[in-house]
Amino acid sequence: MVLEEAWTLKELFVYPNEYIYWSIQIVMYPFMTGLVAGAFVLSSLYHLFGIQRLKDIARFSLVFSFALLFVAPLPLLFHLLQPQRNYYVFMTPHFTSAIAAFGVVFFVYASIVASELWFLYRKYFVETSLKLKNQMSRSLPEKIKYLVCTVLTLGAYDIDESTLRKDQSAIKILAGVGVPVACFLHGYAGFIFGSVKANALWMTPLMPVIFIMSAIVSGVALCMLTYIIAMEIKKFVASRKRPFPPYPSQEEIKGVEVHVVKMTSRYLIFFLIFSISLELLDLAFRGYTAVKSWDILRSIIYGKDFINIFILQYTLGNLLPFILLLIPGLTIRRAVPSLILVLFGVFMMRWNVVIGGQSFSLTFSGYLHYHLPLIPYDYETFKEGLFGALLIGALPFFLFWALSKIFPVFDLKESH
Amino acid sequence: MNRRGFLKLSVKGLAGIALAKGLDEIVRPQEGLAAAKPVRWVFLVDTYKCIGCGFCVKACKLENGIPYEANVSRTWVERYVITKDGQVFADTPKAARDGFTTTRIDLGMGKYREIKKEEIGKAFFVPKICNQCDKPPCVQVCPVGATYQTADGVSLVDRKWCIGCGYCIMACPYGMRFFHPVYQVAEKCNFCYHRITKGINPACVLACPMSARRIGNIKNPEDPVAKVIMTQRVEVHKPEYGTNPQVYFIGLSEEVR
Repeated sequence: MVLEEAWTLKELFVYPNEYIYWSIQIVMYPFMTGLVAGAFVLSSLYHLFGIQRLKDIARFSLVFSFALLFVAPLPLLFHLLQPQRNYYVFMTPHFTSAIAAFGVVFFVYASIVASELWFLYRKYFVETSLKLKNQMSRSLPEKIKYLVCTVLTLGAYDIDESTLRKDQSAIKILAGVGVPVACFLHGYAGFIFGSVKANALWMTPLMPVIFIMSAIVSGVALCMLTYIIAMEIKKFVASRKRPFPPYPSQEEIKGVEVHVVKMTSRYLIFFLIFSISLELLDLAFRGYTAVKSWDILRSIIYGKDFINIFILQYTLGNLLPFILLLIPGLTIRRAVPSLILVLFGVFMMRWNVVIGGQSFSLTFSGYLHYHLPLIPYDYETFKEGLFGALLIGALPFFLFWALSKIFPVFDLKESH
Repeated sequence: MNRRGFLKLSVKGLAGIALAKGLDEIVRPQEGLAAAKPVRWVFLVDTYKCIGCGFCVKACKLENGIPYEANVSRTWVERYVITKDGQVFADTPKAARDGFTTTRIDLGMGKYREIKKEEIGKAFFVPKICNQCDKPPCVQVCPVGATYQTADGVSLVDRKWCIGCGYCIMACPYGMRFFHPVYQVAEKCNFCYHRITKGINPACVLACPMSARRIGNIKNPEDPVAKVIMTQRVEVHKPEYGTNPQVYFIGLSEEVR
């Protein structure tokens, strides 16, 4: 009769109303916003600091960040028991609540990414629009493309040298403003948890910082992974179209790919070290100060969640990919499993925070066990189950595919 | 209309609006009433008197329309058994809706523990109810303002405005909140606000055969509950969270969670 009974089991002394109220969708929420923030920070490393080696992946990451952005609020929406009332957050935001800021932060961030994208691809829109305009006859896809590009020029057809230079500085400013906003977007997701004083595991001022660092790690890893997949598809296409001269050869693509992956993985390792250090600092501090809640936290961290935390998150998700990425002579074949492991590690970190934080009772003398609904038997067990999470996880890739039809994400000619 | 006429009318209009607003500030009926007869609802639980019959839970469920079989409740009773060697056992089967009908301690997951009489050092019951905190964390974290604190100190939920995010449930250190199984919005004890504002006792207070539960107005020095709180030694639950709870206990023990 109580919805949460579908996935909660209670052990020892637990208050009657305690259940795992925040389940898999709330695990997905910080995971997805983390990817958004991480992808944006990666693209800003090029746009803001002019790290030329990241040029290739920078444009790609920005478009991907945009695709992820639309999916980020969906887990929250999915999780609401009254999803039709979601706009109340914008209508009557109650600003003492961390969640109330969501609307403001989200829209500020979305407009920054959208305008940066516009400045970045303006030249392309104008050129495409003009080219297709002068074309005598247009096929249906060309007609659509013409329409989309013409609308996206927003009536600004001025693309001479000085205007493009202005565009460049606008991109730089937007990237500069965007980084703190992206960090805020995700840091505040950490704040949502870190500020809950009733929860002994969540409450730490380190939470937002830990979230930002692991967000960057996951965003960079996902961008690299998607980049590799996209390049492999390119290679496959190239092997078939090779006789046509404008197409780059397989070797050319591979050269670019390996170079980009090597460069980006250095930044990934850098942020990974930061992220792990902060998490271990948090753990060490809790153990050393050993306040009232430590007894039950210890039994969770070193007992019930040992496999989730130390085996799956730290060993498989952090240590192993760290070693794999550090061994010299990084190959694509080695990078792919490492990146998947990094993503898995960050996901497990979100899991261990969200689910782990609810797996002990407010009484400090009882436990709650979470069982993810695998096979759904109604709408609730679908959206709060495995398939609901997979749906949310898959959506950005569809969106990215659609966006890549509008924005030339993989412009090899330019990047070479 | 000429310019002069328009300006005149505008000034009059603005003056009218300002006057109306000012009057509203000056004579607010609710505040006028509150000032004349200040009310701050508080609760007094005498744990020595509680016998664990569970009538309060039953009455609460019926009065407030909480599905009888659902494993959630606005109030509950906890049983504590402390053995002579210092082990603490506690349970609240079905929120003690049916009282404590067996001496076995419910350990959850279908397990029970029988404790021999001669092993027991002390044992007692503790009724729990929303603390109607002075600084309610549940109200603080609600993203839409659907939960709010009234002038007389009770935290309420607007069922028409709650979006069901569950942040308030996470924020309460006492585990008082839950989702209503029928309305699918946040739910909590409100001291039977619909009754106390009409001068009737809450359902649980009325149902308690031992007068272990009492409600009062701390701002009225003549109130018997206020007198007890002011003159005797009382305790609140989990004061370390800084919520300033307003349910006072007599005989709260160190073992109480």
